[in-house]
Amino acid sequence: MTKYITVIGLEVHAELKTKSKAFCSCSTEFGSAPNTHVCPVCLGMPGALPVLNKQVVEFAIRAGLALNCDIQKYNKFDRKNYFYPDLAKSYQISQWEEPICLGGHIDINVDGQKKCIGVTRIHMEEDAGKLVHSGATISTSDSSAVDYNRAGVPLIEIVSEPDMRSAEEARAYLENLKAILEYTDVCDCKMQEGSLRCDANISIMPEGAKEFGTRAEIKNLNSFRALVRAVEYEVERQKEILEDGGHVVQETRTWDDANGVTLSMRSKEEAHDYRYFPEPDLVPVQLDDAWIERVRAELPELPTQRQARLVAEHGLPEYDASQIVASKAMAEYYDEAVKTAKDAKGVSNWLLGDVSAYMNNEGITIADFKVTPAHLAELVNLTKDGVLSSKLAKKVFAEMLKEDKSPKALVKELGLEQVSDEGAILKLVEETLAENPQSVADYKAGKDRAIGFLVGQIMKKSRGKANPGMVQKMLKEKMQ
Amino acid sequence: MKVTAEDVQHIATLSRLNVPESELELFTEQFNQILGYADILQKVDTEGIEPTPYVLPICNAFREDVAKPGVTHEAAMMNAPAVHNDGFKVPRVIE
Amino acid sequence: MELYRITAHELHEKLVNKELSSVELTNALYERIDEVEDQVKAYVTLDKENALAQAAKVDAKIAAGEEIATLAGIPGAIKDNISTLGLRTTCSSKMLSNFIPIYDAHVIKNLRADETIFLGKTNMDEFAMGSSTENSFFGPTHNPWDLTRVPGGSSGGSAAAIAAGEAIWTLGSDTGGSIRQPASFNGCVGIKPTYGRVSRSGCVAFASSLDQIGPITQDVTDAAIVLNTICGKDEMDSTSLNESVPDFTKALVQDVKGLRIGLPKEYFGEGVDARVKAEIDKAVKKYQELGAEIVEVSLPHTEYAVITYYIIAPAEASANLGRYDGVRYGYRNPEAKSAPEMTTLSRTEGFGPEVRRRIMLGNYVLSSGYYDAYYNKAMKIRTLIRCDFQEAFQKCDVLLTPTSPVIAYPIDGKMDPLSIYMLDVTTIPVNMAGLPGISIPCGFVDGMPVGMQLIGNVLDEETILRAAYTFEQATEYHKVFAPLGGKK
Repeated sequence: MTKYITVIGLEVHAELKTKSKAFCSCSTEFGSAPNTHVCPVCLGMPGALPVLNKQVVEFAIRAGLALNCDIQKYNKFDRKNYFYPDLAKSYQISQWEEPICLGGHIDINVDGQKKCIGVTRIHMEEDAGKLVHSGATISTSDSSAVDYNRAGVPLIEIVSEPDMRSAEEARAYLENLKAILEYTDVCDCKMQEGSLRCDANISIMPEGAKEFGTRAEIKNLNSFRALVRAVEYEVERQKEILEDGGHVVQETRTWDDANGVTLSMRSKEEAHDYRYFPEPDLVPVQLDDAWIERVRAELPELPTQRQARLVAEHGLPEYDASQIVASKAMAEYYDEAVKTAKDAKGVSNWLLGDVSAYMNNEGITIADFKVTPAHLAELVNLTKDGVLSSKLAKKVFAEMLKEDKSPKALVKELGLEQVSDEGAILKLVEETLAENPQSVADYKAGKDRAIGFLVGQIMKKSRGKANPGMVQKMLKEKMQ
Repeated sequence: MKVTAEDVQHIATLSRLNVPESELELFTEQFNQILGYADILQKVDTEGIEPTPYVLPICNAFREDVAKPGVTHEAAMMNAPAVHNDGFKVPRVIE
Repeated sequence: MELYRITAHELHEKLVNKELSSVELTNALYERIDEVEDQVKAYVTLDKENALAQAAKVDAKIAAGEEIATLAGIPGAIKDNISTLGLRTTCSSKMLSNFIPIYDAHVIKNLRADETIFLGKTNMDEFAMGSSTENSFFGPTHNPWDLTRVPGGSSGGSAAAIAAGEAIWTLGSDTGGSIRQPASFNGCVGIKPTYGRVSRSGCVAFASSLDQIGPITQDVTDAAIVLNTICGKDEMDSTSLNESVPDFTKALVQDVKGLRIGLPKEYFGEGVDARVKAEIDKAVKKYQELGAEIVEVSLPHTEYAVITYYIIAPAEASANLGRYDGVRYGYRNPEAKSAPEMTTLSRTEGFGPEVRRRIMLGNYVLSSGYYDAYYNKAMKIRTLIRCDFQEAFQKCDVLLTPTSPVIAYPIDGKMDPLSIYMLDVTTIPVNMAGLPGISIPCGFVDGMPVGMQLIGNVLDEETILRAAYTFEQATEYHKVFAPLGGKK
């Protein structure tokens, strides 16, 4: 059977975190009543003209520098013409021939394999409005209602090279890209709300082939999971076509998440002819070195730099560090917790273990996680100091999720404080030894396992509160 | 370049316009007349000449990133041919 | 003399001296409109109630001894492609026949600040596409000098309103001659300012890189006064120039001694009516008498200008008119079953044939495979046309040409599109280069007015105003009125 190589390129649209729209002063606020953040410009009223928001350029430069791109000094905008009810002017103001950024890259790491994924270009453009369908889906709706609140919200489109060879590489690229956009604070990257959207160009070719296969463009990938599933589905679909002696059609397909399939979007004849031409209502943007260098100097710490710092300064393993820096909010939480924690690895263990498990379970992100970094640090310290066993720490953590109380207070309230009082432990040890002479004899006869049983008995008596280290130590002393 | 009736129909589709059969011949003829005349442009040597997308020698006309109220919802919807749930109602989007 | 034949600057004196009230004046204009509008059809919409209310406000201000702007209380009219808040703005199209703008154009804001009076909105070629005002959903406007002839276009209603005494001043817009040519056909003064002088915000876009608003008036002084109000930087238009605006009335000096007037030879060749040329020659002689120096110059790429324009303008228009999709405003076909069908039917039924032809032409030259051969080539030739002017202005201060190669022609719709397009040869290059141009009356052929065009260098409206004013003051053409009804 022929072996195939998968080829993936991603086109990511990121909504910029500006206060006002790209070409008018309307608010970019999310979730308002329909058609309340609109004006003649974003409604495409006759005679209304666009004026460029300076911050859009600033953010595009920042993203470009963070993605290692060359910033192009001469910029102009073009009109991309197509008809769709959510596109008020029937053209989108975009950049075609002169994108603001060219030739960047993102480093990814999949299963310990490092790889550099090329970023072809980044350009500035405006978002369209939103269609609310009368029925459950677009195809079952007799009518739709258009809301132009999102129309004109600034976007950058980040186009990768077709450098990815698996769903996991695509996922890693998107994760790293998302982290960079978050760190640079240009996009809030809420895939559910659509502020970060991904389209994937997917093709396959037989191993050893020189030319890429015909690609399908998959739209509507609103989560990492959707990206991975869509790539896997699409690769299988294309394989089947080729194995049957058929040809893959170059087309746009949409990901149907509910059914786990990609569906052909009936290709309209004109869809491929956007009739781009220079936007005469805007004048060119001419950047100078001073502007670009100022933005460069103001770049915040990026994920890879942060990861290196966590490894070098906190002694975290590479894997832990990469997981923590993947989300800016997580990394900030970590940094905050580590300020008062006595054990960085302990903080990392909690975040990547129980905290992540809890958040996944609840479907929330660290932004909605109620436990403060200071409290988590306190919990780490209580374990580190031997006040809590790891088992009891989990119990305390469960309580912390329920109410906003410090772990110390909860330990007291629940009476979970680990017993490290020598007198109290000695009493339990003596009691237990007296009750289990056979075990004592076994131990003395060289059966080391017997001590485990005795420790267990003592922990049971203390309801888990006795410091197991001390128990063991005292048992050994007593049985000598 | 000769423009055919099919070309005219294709451009009409791109333009979201219908050309009725009765007008097709005249439109095609007028297209050819105008574009035929445009062939004189090919006589002009434009080697090394930059196009003029902007007649003004200005650049960097920016607006600061300050959000201001737009128009009222009522004003936005005032000219709407059809309204549903505070949105501009359109018939089914997919043909 | 009838009030409607008096210029704005003279009427201003009368208002300030309380010889006349703005309400009387405004009523006099509406009476004149009642008298002749049936024959001329210069207007699409009248707004009498608001006009009279505004006039009363100005009268109260004058009575209170407050200072008023020169245009305060003076009734004018606005081309129907300029957005007026709350007042129907149709672009003479079925598409917008019920459209009520939700904002004022920049020029309208400025004029409102001056407390001027808007009598109504004037007829035009649909979406400014045309040069005869025959392409209007509301029917053609007639030339007040001869009702069987066209008033020119696309600002035909604005020019005819002045010639017929139906407005004291008007605004037009000029993409390829749409102010200057109708001004010339109607014996008026019309200026297209330097591209970027006047904000385009609220001027319904035809071809964005060429469109410019300007005044049509009875004399050069009034044109300078209206320019003073409408020019200047606007934050809502990225292409509006951040240049200081002079007081244009200061340029109205009778002196052309030593002024170098260039005659571009390409504008006097084949296609120019010999009788028109004879009138222009007389004007040139007049300038010589007045002390100007005449130099012959060449603008070698003139012959390519028309077709270049008819590639660039439709290309921009095809995108600019995409927004008329039946979704948010404008005409919508009520029967369509799907959104794409709704848009196609609404556009097909809402636009007239010339608009549909230009949209398709524009989409053709931009479509894949043709972009370089047509659009990009045209943009390069545009560069050559600009360079021609730059070179010519090394040798002279202004250029003098016929505004149109012909006088107003009959309303009969007999010409094919290309022949009509070719008549714009004298005005189009000025828009292509973004230069200021003025048309002033300079003679008559068969009782129809002939216009002379003066073209200035970038931002040099003052020199063409001075040259125009000097000629006007030395001649009587602007004092001859169209023989329509209450002629003086």
